[in-house]
Amino acid sequence: MANDTIPRRKFLLGAGLAGTAVATGLAAPPPAEAQTPQPAAAPVPASAPALAAASASEGPNYLVLTASEAAFISAAADTMIPADNLSPSGTDCGIVTFVDRQLASAWGGGAKLYRSGPFHKGKPEHGYQLPLTPREFFIAGIAATNAWTRKAYKKDFDRLSPKEREEALKALEAGKAELESFNGKQFFEALLTIVMEGFFADPIYGGNKDKVAWKMIGFPGLPALYANLIEQYRDKPYLVEPQSIADFS
Amino acid sequence: MATRLKEVDAVMVGMGWTGSIMARELTKAGLTVIGLERGGDINPTEHFALPAVRDELRFSRRLELIQDPAMETLTFRHRPSETALPMRRMGSFLPGDSVGGAANHWGGHTWRYLPTDHVLRTHLTQRYGASAIPEDMTIQDWAVTYDELEPYYDKFEKLCGVAGKAGNLRGQKIDGGNVFEGPRSDEFPTPPLKQGLSGMMFEKACRELGYHPFPRPASNSSRPYTNIEGLTLGACQYCGFCDRNGCEANAKAGPHVCVLPKLREDPKFTLRTKSWVSRLTYDKAAKKVTGVVYTDIRTGEEYEQPAGIVVLSAYVFGNVSLLLHSGIGEQYDPATGKGAVGKNYCYQLSRMGVNMFFEDKNFNPFMGAPGTQMVIDDFDADNFDHGGLGFFGGCIISCGHGDGRPIGYRPTPPGTPRWGSAWKQAAAKWYQHALNISLSGSNYANRNHYLDLDPTYKDQLGRPLLRLTYNFVENDFKLSEYCMQTALKIARAMNPTILGNPRLRRGDYDIVPYQSTHNTGGTIMGADPKTSVVNRYLQAWDAHNLFIMGASTYPQQVSFNPTGPLGALTYWSSEAIVNKYVKSPGPLVQA
Repeated sequence: MANDTIPRRKFLLGAGLAGTAVATGLAAPPPAEAQTPQPAAAPVPASAPALAAASASEGPNYLVLTASEAAFISAAADTMIPADNLSPSGTDCGIVTFVDRQLASAWGGGAKLYRSGPFHKGKPEHGYQLPLTPREFFIAGIAATNAWTRKAYKKDFDRLSPKEREEALKALEAGKAELESFNGKQFFEALLTIVMEGFFADPIYGGNKDKVAWKMIGFPGLPALYANLIEQYRDKPYLVEPQSIADFS
Repeated sequence: MATRLKEVDAVMVGMGWTGSIMARELTKAGLTVIGLERGGDINPTEHFALPAVRDELRFSRRLELIQDPAMETLTFRHRPSETALPMRRMGSFLPGDSVGGAANHWGGHTWRYLPTDHVLRTHLTQRYGASAIPEDMTIQDWAVTYDELEPYYDKFEKLCGVAGKAGNLRGQKIDGGNVFEGPRSDEFPTPPLKQGLSGMMFEKACRELGYHPFPRPASNSSRPYTNIEGLTLGACQYCGFCDRNGCEANAKAGPHVCVLPKLREDPKFTLRTKSWVSRLTYDKAAKKVTGVVYTDIRTGEEYEQPAGIVVLSAYVFGNVSLLLHSGIGEQYDPATGKGAVGKNYCYQLSRMGVNMFFEDKNFNPFMGAPGTQMVIDDFDADNFDHGGLGFFGGCIISCGHGDGRPIGYRPTPPGTPRWGSAWKQAAAKWYQHALNISLSGSNYANRNHYLDLDPTYKDQLGRPLLRLTYNFVENDFKLSEYCMQTALKIARAMNPTILGNPRLRRGDYDIVPYQSTHNTGGTIMGADPKTSVVNRYLQAWDAHNLFIMGASTYPQQVSFNPTGPLGALTYWSSEAIVNKYVKSPGPLVQA
């Protein structure tokens, strides 16, 4: 495995809990089937919830994403939101969890979407014209993108190096990736949208872990009662520790 | 077979602004009224409570308060020669869904249309000559003048507690208000909202250039206010979550805050929710409607509700489609110009403006309300000379932060990638330091823009969907370019570190990105039954006991948000019903 690739299987088995581990100070759960021999994982403290240990051996907890679909979303999220001085990686911000929950939600199942036929391609100005629900759309898009990267790079998207992933996403974004029977540009736009939603939405949905995206830009979140502050802070930065819905619940 | 219910004096089809106001006025006059609403009920204390109401994903992205297109949407095409496809997701505009209608999630901008807007064709003909108006620009006069409507504008403002500053008080021009507005009989009910830095910088630049900036009038009450119903609005909290969300402070005017508490306690009024009206029952020979047929969508049961008066108080599209589903009036045909139902659909020019970035300024974009903006009206309507310009209409130009919700608001300078580390750096660097000058432009009627029924696609009740034929035309492009020159002049005067690229109105209309919920026309008012659907009292020419409310009655659309005249016209029409129609049912205007 090249140094700059992300160990896929490790992710498949551990990423669902990685965020929890960071938040609670727990060690990452041991990969059950590491590709390379690893020293014994740091012992799980006695205080660790039993669920974490149990889940670790059964793989990550997703509602609808399969392991390889989750790996794809993780790789895309980490390329769009790379770890740097401003935030952890998209995956560590909880974006895979966010996407999984959204695709499992009523929205993911096609709520508030007119789904009657006949179906025609239309012009871009007509908007979305496919019979697929968002959940079906993402699954189809992941499959079509992986089929294309297998042709172009001989690997699934999540197995590409960070540089190759960036290149692949740029090709999708520019409409230059030739996906079979699927609109790569449309898929890219949906992917970018849901990743950004996950990054910036209230943490109650599973992304924006520890309000990291709000801290990054300086969005204070809740309660947003500024009647007495709007004049006081005119041309002065209003810097507070952001608060989210859960902080008031 | 529909179950036939007991007749009532009047039935409202839709319980948003117009249905609520009309029901209130008719019950006050002693009529028994049923309000039918397709959506559910809302209890603001529960539904719009902190902390859950501050949820950008739920309200702004998943559109909690917005009409469900799976139930009913419309199809869309650019030209009469094309095949229309369904709008499968709500995007360009966002009609409401529940008691309170779009007023649950509106921003609250509340304007009076200008005196010349009310007599547009006559005014332009007088000033520029009849031949100056292009043949395909099918603009018409309103059937009500500004002076006639003034007392009702005033009444609606005092229902909403509109915050603002008068620019013309009984003919006296007042610096600091909109000096282009028609004469008002009274000041705004509450003072203007406080401005943030961006609005103040814009105001200063505009003054230096000789323009006339003023605070945007908005139904975000700037202090606690008791309205003409004796109901109390709270003070705006500048939360930055206003539009697309409900208001926990009860500061944003809407039926739930301003009218419904009174209506709900009136025994003459009955509210039926989840009641979807599919058609009106129409006696063509008698030129009367006899009631409505609706489906209780909790059970699927169909009911016929007979009524002495039927008021169409749905959104623009609902009003038009119900006429077509009921066979009332003649469908407009762009080839012949005959027929009036569906005619003169208009929209608004938006998504235009320019971003600016100031390294050394802090804007706190999340602190604000839709009313924390400064506006100029100098380049709007016919407030400037159009001689030789090759277009009619104009834009309001405005600036001020009302919303820093981060999924939607992440300005970055031109050339910034949309993702990756470089994007993160730019998003983090500029969030606090960006502002936007925005333009909202008028959209005058065009012969080829109209609404009719789609031949292919159906709604959940099995009725044909409404079909929208619409596009931007040359007048729109020229107007946009002209007004952008002014916006750029102001932007340069504000001296930004980085000036963004101007966003112009170019190319075909795109129904996907949000633009504005300011759709108008389709059941337009006028003096002639051949070219209009309702008369000056909003009474249908083809059924004298049918009254049609809302922006579907506007002959064309101006630069302003449409709610001000919508409320005023409802009061105006309700007074005609109570004082004239009820006493002597029949046409209030002879055709």
